[in-house]
Amino acid sequence: MRSTNDMASFEGKNMATILSDAGEFEVQAADGLCVSAADAERATGWTLKPEGMCRGDLCVPLRAEMQRGGKVDLAAFWRLLGNPVVHDERQQIWALGAGADERAAALADGMAPDFTLPDLHGKPHTLSALRGKKVFLCTWASW
Amino acid sequence: MPVWQQLFGSLSAEKFMIVAVAEESRGAETARPWIEAAQPKYWSLIDTEHRVADLYGMVNVPQAVWIDEAGHIVRPAENAGSTDHWRRRDPATGTMSAAGQAARLAARQRYLDAVKDWVLTGKYALDGAAARRAQPRITPEIALAAAHFRLGVWLRRHGNAAEGDAHLAEASRLHPESWTIWRQGADLVEVGKAGGPEFRARVDALGERPYYIPPALPGFR
Repeated sequence: MRSTNDMASFEGKNMATILSDAGEFEVQAADGLCVSAADAERATGWTLKPEGMCRGDLCVPLRAEMQRGGKVDLAAFWRLLGNPVVHDERQQIWALGAGADERAAALADGMAPDFTLPDLHGKPHTLSALRGKKVFLCTWASW
Repeated sequence: MPVWQQLFGSLSAEKFMIVAVAEESRGAETARPWIEAAQPKYWSLIDTEHRVADLYGMVNVPQAVWIDEAGHIVRPAENAGSTDHWRRRDPATGTMSAAGQAARLAARQRYLDAVKDWVLTGKYALDGAAARRAQPRITPEIALAAAHFRLGVWLRRHGNAAEGDAHLAEASRLHPESWTIWRQGADLVEVGKAGGPEFRARVDALGERPYYIPPALPGFR
């Protein structure tokens, strides 16, 4: 049997879905998008360390209110980076987008941004696997 | 699509690949008839979230990016040889003039020939600085539009059409130059709406401005 307190804290948690550049992730979230450090890293590639959220050599200090009991307010952190955050009315589905600077920097770098997409049979194909060939990357649609 | 297979078949698969991406939020089954008809030997991929448009700053279909052997972009996103002749159809019959039809096909061939020249000789590849200058500009509004679009498509796919449509509309409001966002949103509401009266009104509102912005290649301006 759960104690009343356990039940309350259990019910305070919700499942949320994060849509990020890294993919689609199911996480446990509370108070908007407060998630475990492990889930934050899985969905965004940013790791919680004593000095803040870190990716590679870069660390961004968190404001005090962005961190509670080992949880990270991922939406607040994402906005702190200047990146788009949008969610549904029930705050269960969160799109954490790439910022304009990130997209523009990738294009200015000159290398073709990499992606992996499925074919008609669901088999994934990754652009960078075509190094050594010229590639004509084109889009179309039925509509 | 059949013309891309023709192009692909005329070049060595050792040194060249076509990656044709269907910007198709309804999913693979919607794209299937076109792909099966073209019988492509090249990569034919399904992009329900329009990730390629987001990464490369594309705003319409068909658009193309040319990538060299080292993975460098040598021509950023631009229209892949389509022209605006369709806008000057006879309003009564809906048909293009013979001259318009011929000019449209000639332009498409000119574009495919340019791709072929590039593959064989390197012609038309921009150097690093010129390629950077030609890249589309990504604004904070465009980045935010991409997030709304992705959420909108997700909500629609999971049965929440009303809320999904609101996010798709917001994406289009934030990025009004993107025909891809508007037309995909319209298509998700109802098949055919992407080319219906509201679409034609939006195209008419362009006035003298092009719907298919010509590629910066000889014979297109």
